[in-house]
Amino acid sequence: MSSVEFRKDLFADERDDNLKEIGKPTIRQDILGHVTGRTPFYDDHQFDGLLHMRAVRSPHHHAQIRGIDTSAAERMPGVRRVLTAKDVPNNLNTLLSLINFGRDDEPLCAHDKVRFMGETVAWVIADTERQARDAVAAVRVDYNVLPHVLDVEEALQPNAPVVNEVYPNNTFDYNGKYDHQKLRFGDVNKAFAEADHIVEAEYQMSPIEQAPIETCGAIAAPETNDRFVCYTNTQALFFSLGTTSKLLDIASSRLHFIGGTAGGGFGGKVDSIVEPTAVLGAMLTGRPVRFAWDREEEMQVGAPRGGERWRIKDGVMNDGRIIAREFTGFFDSGAYVRLSSYAIVKCTGHIPGPYTIPNVASNIYCVVTNRTPATAMRGFGITAADFAIECHMDRVAETVGMNPIELRILNAYRDGDMKAHRRPAKNTALIECCQVAAGKAAWPISADAAAQSSKVGGGVGERGVIPASVTDEDGKIGDRRAGRSEGTSPSRRGTGKVAAGTRVEAKTEAHMQDPDMALEADRIGHRMGSASTAPPAPAPAATPAPPAPAPVAATPSHPQPTAPVPPAPQVQPSAPVPTPPPAAPEPYQPEQPFQRGLNRPGTSRFTSGFRRR
Amino acid sequence: MTIHKGRGFACINYPIGMNLGGDPSQALVHSTPDGKFMVALSSIDLGQGMKSVTRQIASETLGVPVEDVYVDTADSDTGPHCMGSFASRGTHRVGNAVIRAAAEARKQMLDAAAEELEVNATDLETDGAGSIHVKGAPSRSITVADTAIAAQFKQGRTLSGRGIFLIPPSDVDGETGEMTPVTCFAHAALVVDLEVDDETGEVEVKEINSAYEVGRALNPKLVEQQLIGGAWMGVSHALYETTEPTYPERDHRPVDFNTYLMPGPAEVVPHNLAILERPAEDAPYGGKGPGEMCANPVLPAVANAVYNAVGVRCDRLPITPEKVLRGIRENGGARPQGTPS
Repeated sequence: MSSVEFRKDLFADERDDNLKEIGKPTIRQDILGHVTGRTPFYDDHQFDGLLHMRAVRSPHHHAQIRGIDTSAAERMPGVRRVLTAKDVPNNLNTLLSLINFGRDDEPLCAHDKVRFMGETVAWVIADTERQARDAVAAVRVDYNVLPHVLDVEEALQPNAPVVNEVYPNNTFDYNGKYDHQKLRFGDVNKAFAEADHIVEAEYQMSPIEQAPIETCGAIAAPETNDRFVCYTNTQALFFSLGTTSKLLDIASSRLHFIGGTAGGGFGGKVDSIVEPTAVLGAMLTGRPVRFAWDREEEMQVGAPRGGERWRIKDGVMNDGRIIAREFTGFFDSGAYVRLSSYAIVKCTGHIPGPYTIPNVASNIYCVVTNRTPATAMRGFGITAADFAIECHMDRVAETVGMNPIELRILNAYRDGDMKAHRRPAKNTALIECCQVAAGKAAWPISADAAAQSSKVGGGVGERGVIPASVTDEDGKIGDRRAGRSEGTSPSRRGTGKVAAGTRVEAKTEAHMQDPDMALEADRIGHRMGSASTAPPAPAPAATPAPPAPAPVAATPSHPQPTAPVPPAPQVQPSAPVPTPPPAAPEPYQPEQPFQRGLNRPGTSRFTSGFRRR
Repeated sequence: MTIHKGRGFACINYPIGMNLGGDPSQALVHSTPDGKFMVALSSIDLGQGMKSVTRQIASETLGVPVEDVYVDTADSDTGPHCMGSFASRGTHRVGNAVIRAAAEARKQMLDAAAEELEVNATDLETDGAGSIHVKGAPSRSITVADTAIAAQFKQGRTLSGRGIFLIPPSDVDGETGEMTPVTCFAHAALVVDLEVDDETGEVEVKEINSAYEVGRALNPKLVEQQLIGGAWMGVSHALYETTEPTYPERDHRPVDFNTYLMPGPAEVVPHNLAILERPAEDAPYGGKGPGEMCANPVLPAVANAVYNAVGVRCDRLPITPEKVLRGIRENGGARPQGTPS
């Protein structure tokens, strides 16, 4: 059995618990439709005369396309049209061009060569899905198979095959200068020399499928007014609309995208492939077209969580303090960069995990290989790094012979500590989570560890400042392929120095457009930050000034929560329940059950759609 | 054969919203003729409860019953722009946009009520139950419905609001990695208890005890569902799932749920959750997004527990029986590490 408790006693002074609706277990408005099968998903929009589109896919990891013969397929029964790359108006894109990040590197349909097994080389549009599948098998593609590379570190070798000519070094280019993203904070090499122990290990995350129940798909149809409607299960409506607009070279105002309810996503529905494909089919046939992945495509062609390889090197003192941590990371982006380049920057901002470590360095590579492109998945850019960091914390604990939870509390970041990306930590709660989890599991921790607090002792002395940092210019774009770069880890020989305290002004949220849009100060629900000037603000509103205990291994004098924390009472909504009870909807009773399926060739009899004429 | 018990720990933090900002979301709120409120978004409900959370936020901000609020996702013709549902940005970005739109609509609503009651709008408050009354004088009141009718059919006033939330885009330094990644972080720590069979290498997770800090549980039931489901996914990632079992080679690729392994309902692990709430300054009612981060600590905690049980470090995911067994053989047998302390 599982159980839930709400620890309202913790951070109670920073929170208003008298809100009327927030904090209530209100039942979802859409749940009745979900559990009775009445919620319409994209695939329920079954137009009359709907055509079905299927892709012809590469059987090779890497091959030149010498020619495509579609003539046999075009003569197959029910086939309306066979499309190839030349039918795509603007056949080159990168997803993040919508935020101006990276170069266009990916065609919607391969033309000169295929770069991963399963890449699209043509499409067939037919009256039924069966006919489309049969015709796909009849498309003849003449390939000249090329050498491929699948391992991230092999792809960095000077003689590795070039996967994608847009990134001729098999790496994404960062900041126009390096083949990796750097993080430099303090001087790790000096600290390694001073450390009592060095702990090193390598970790590997393998590709994982997002596995939504509903696979990626879209149905597009010509609308009146010279527009196209597209029903889709995208996770990002305007992302998909913008990508479609660019690939098909069509004004975004001519696209009408409808979605909003998806059968799971987990990151696998941001890549915006099915939408431009379906709209292209509708544009070229003038008919409604459905393009949806089957389960095999979802698993092997749809982008998974990427493989990531991590090496961590820690410098540790006998008392458990980590004084230096170095990362070398390789993200396997597959044949096209998509979002991996972004995830690396996100990960760089996350390093070294939720710990205050005075010397940190990392090199992270976005490596292009002959693999299904990787994309977002729950915890994107973070999950694999956290796996590595937290396994490594246990290795460190074993090395110094320390309770692993106490080790984490000792090194945990606190309010006011300087993080490696040069911004102070605030609103931290790692220590409290460690204490509560230990208490729930009856995992004993010392009284000292149990007395620590995220709010106390942070930002004191060295903890709050940006140290002088050693930099280097290793790994300039192209150096590695030319044989001029040796290792991949952060340099052992610094060539530059950034003075202590160097940082630029942090960005905050955009200015409020109109004062009427601001919530009244006494209704924001908490007492964090300067915006709140509610009269009964007891303690200091912003970061609490620490009583300045000694740095790191501090022992704040006043005990806060003690070790096995007594379970707090279950949450009870505090405010009185609003008077009019929810107008309880009548239980769902279908008038004519089991009659909503369509019985058409190419359509599942169990489709729960409605028909549109 | 022996069953070895093992226990592992891990803790994490997680950034909320798109790294480096630049990911706006917008919302529009308007009243129907009789004072029900419609929230128009182009944000996506993936099953995580986007519609429900934004509905509760709009209700709280407007000060009207949640039953009187409807959320519409997602039509590009009627819903204003939203970057999308990813990067744990939904609750934070869209929630803030909804607060602003609802706050503006509330301002119009109170102005209209003030005109009807012949008082100052600043002297009015909502009871969250469908009425607006003078502070300290509950009998001097008007219903939201009457206010909406008066506003739209007598005063010529629209009860509507616009909202947008944006963290302006910023850059990362190429030499030092300096950046302003996100504005708030969620936290978690958990303990995994499991058993390892040293004959088969099979790992069975028996219990999870956890603490998740989510800023504010905007809807405690939705949070609970996310955390239980996320931990399940974490166990699945740790022990079962991969599209490429022989990575980096591409052999034996699974193509369906017969060959792509996932735990079934029988493997949902008993999970004792503690939920902590430390509100984030710029988050809607302090709430951070719990959805993504909740799977993360499970993976390393399982790996650490396997080591604790049999002395095998599984540094390559997933932790299959084969890897565990090979590790045990390499060590010349299981090496239980004893109860951690």
